[in-house]
Amino acid sequence: MGTHAADIESDNTDQLVVEQLARETAAGSDRRETMAAAVRQVFIFSAFIGLLAVAYTVYKVFGQAIDDAQTDWWAIGSILPRSDDLNMPPVVDILKAFTVTPGGTDKVLGLQLFDEALFTLREAAVGFVAGAIIGLAIAVLLVRSKKLENGLLPYVIASQTVPLIAIAPIVVIWGRKNLDFLPWEWQDWMSVSIIASFLTFFPVAVNGLRGLQSPKPENLELMESYAASWRQTLFQLRFPASVPYLFAAFKIAATASIVGAIVGEISAGVPGGLGRRILSQALVYTTAPARLYAAVIGSALLGIFVFLLIAGTEKFVLGRQGREAVT
Amino acid sequence: MSDHAVNVQRVSKVFNLGKTNEVHAVDNVDLTINNGEFVTLIGPSGCGKSTLLRLIASLVEPTGGSIEVNGKPAEQARLDREYGMAFQKAGLFDWRSVSKNIELPLELMGWSKSERASRAQEMLELVKLPEFGDHHPAELSGGMQQRIAIARSLAFNPSLLLMDEPFGALDEMTREHMQDELLRIWDETDTTVVFVTHSIAEAVYLSSRVVVMSPRPGQISEIIEVGLGDRDTSTREDPEFFKMVTVVREALRSVESQ
Ligand SMILES: Nc1ncnc2c1ncn2[C@@H]1O[C@H](COP(=O)(O)OP(=O)(O)OP(=O)(O)O)[C@@H](O)[C@H]1O
Ligand SMILES: [Mg+2]
Repeated sequence: MGTHAADIESDNTDQLVVEQLARETAAGSDRRETMAAAVRQVFIFSAFIGLLAVAYTVYKVFGQAIDDAQTDWWAIGSILPRSDDLNMPPVVDILKAFTVTPGGTDKVLGLQLFDEALFTLREAAVGFVAGAIIGLAIAVLLVRSKKLENGLLPYVIASQTVPLIAIAPIVVIWGRKNLDFLPWEWQDWMSVSIIASFLTFFPVAVNGLRGLQSPKPENLELMESYAASWRQTLFQLRFPASVPYLFAAFKIAATASIVGAIVGEISAGVPGGLGRRILSQALVYTTAPARLYAAVIGSALLGIFVFLLIAGTEKFVLGRQGREAVT
Repeated sequence: MSDHAVNVQRVSKVFNLGKTNEVHAVDNVDLTINNGEFVTLIGPSGCGKSTLLRLIASLVEPTGGSIEVNGKPAEQARLDREYGMAFQKAGLFDWRSVSKNIELPLELMGWSKSERASRAQEMLELVKLPEFGDHHPAELSGGMQQRIAIARSLAFNPSLLLMDEPFGALDEMTREHMQDELLRIWDETDTTVVFVTHSIAEAVYLSSRVVVMSPRPGQISEIIEVGLGDRDTSTREDPEFFKMVTVVREALRSVESQ
């Protein structure tokens, strides 16, 4: 008998204690490694942002120098953006913009952006959840029958060619007029959630279908040998097998839900969130360009936040099951 | 219950019937297997061993003939969960712990949680991996995973065990060890086993009868009674054992040279 098998079968208690210890130490160093990886990632991210700021400033200084020398180099202002303070406010101005108090309020812009980000996040989160449920339902429907898959999948894909900007106002008006039968009062931000869900259901449906179809033939045959019902196969095999695929979809859907919420707010004219903020800062851009930059940065941070939230959950869930993520 | 665990009568299976890529995987096969027997199917690649096993399991429909398992039509036997099946690949669900993998068929059959847990532990002891219940399959070696798959196929006490090259991917030492384990389990549980293999020594060591199959079309060319009595560590060195190995080898040679 091989030594490996002998190790496994030994019921010697010392041996078990040693194995247990080895396992615990391994778990401890795993945790330390995860922490180190997280710190490393934060460091890389900060370095990246720093570099971006430096590159932005260098470009600006360079462009300014050319401007000052009155040598009208053709590329600047035609292909490349102009580098004056109106087109490219200095990094310091952008940072300062977070601390100004816009007229009529006593809250600094940074805090206002934070409140608006929460407002947009709520729209996006509701849209994300609704979209994920609809997407999953579509995926289950499509995996149920090949005919449905062939018949419906093209329409699911075609749905994404509908211009959001055009339908956003329609959804808001439609929501106000037609959804008054609901037990709760319909509000405009909920219409924005519908718009966000329009972007999120798609990756979930497509990737979910891929995941539900991912079990290998031998696994499906095993379930058949147990005379498992379709529903049992769905819940015991197809769903669990699709979890890594769903997380890949959720990461796309989460950022898409933020984009959908912002675009929805802007095109439907719903106040209170980052979309409205971007719109109103754009209208007064010439007087305070740095504030639009601040609003855009706030939106980007919100997108990064939801992405990291899903990625972290993915790591936790799959890690606990000892599984790999898919892309 | 009928005396025959498996009764295959004039069974044929043609894949892609009527198309240019038509294959006569199994052609007019008769085979009866008694309760408590250990029968192996052996033959060159593509001779229809897996197909015959899957016909018995009612995972594919025959194009002709009839198959009974425990006196019932094969499909009814599958619906009544009369058999357990182990494939060449362990096919464990990687999101379930080892115990939960063994519990899968029990869950589908509606056993209570505590019944399932105690049964899984029993099975883990049967395959000599009692302390691995909480591990995930990815943490186990190939041989250990295969043992779990066998535990899973035995968990609900099926009277018939269908195995398709279950030890194909194992190294020689683990393989011999697993053969002894399987014989011990077979002894302890009065299960009937139908076992597909490529290894002549494995077929002779394990079974009471060796069914030799020939390809194109897949037919049974010979059935060899092994008659070695109880196996033990000396069996593998026994002259009788080698004699039977030679008999099976020659049967296979005549099939290959057809
Ligand atoms: N689902 C299928 N569709 C079409 N042809 C098939 C299918 N399954 C098996 N066959 C064909 O039937 C024949 C017998 O296949 P089978 O898998 O039963 O052989 P086998 O004896 O198990 O071979 P091996 O030893 O390589 O596993 C082969 O020619 C194979 O190509
Ligand atoms: Mg085969």
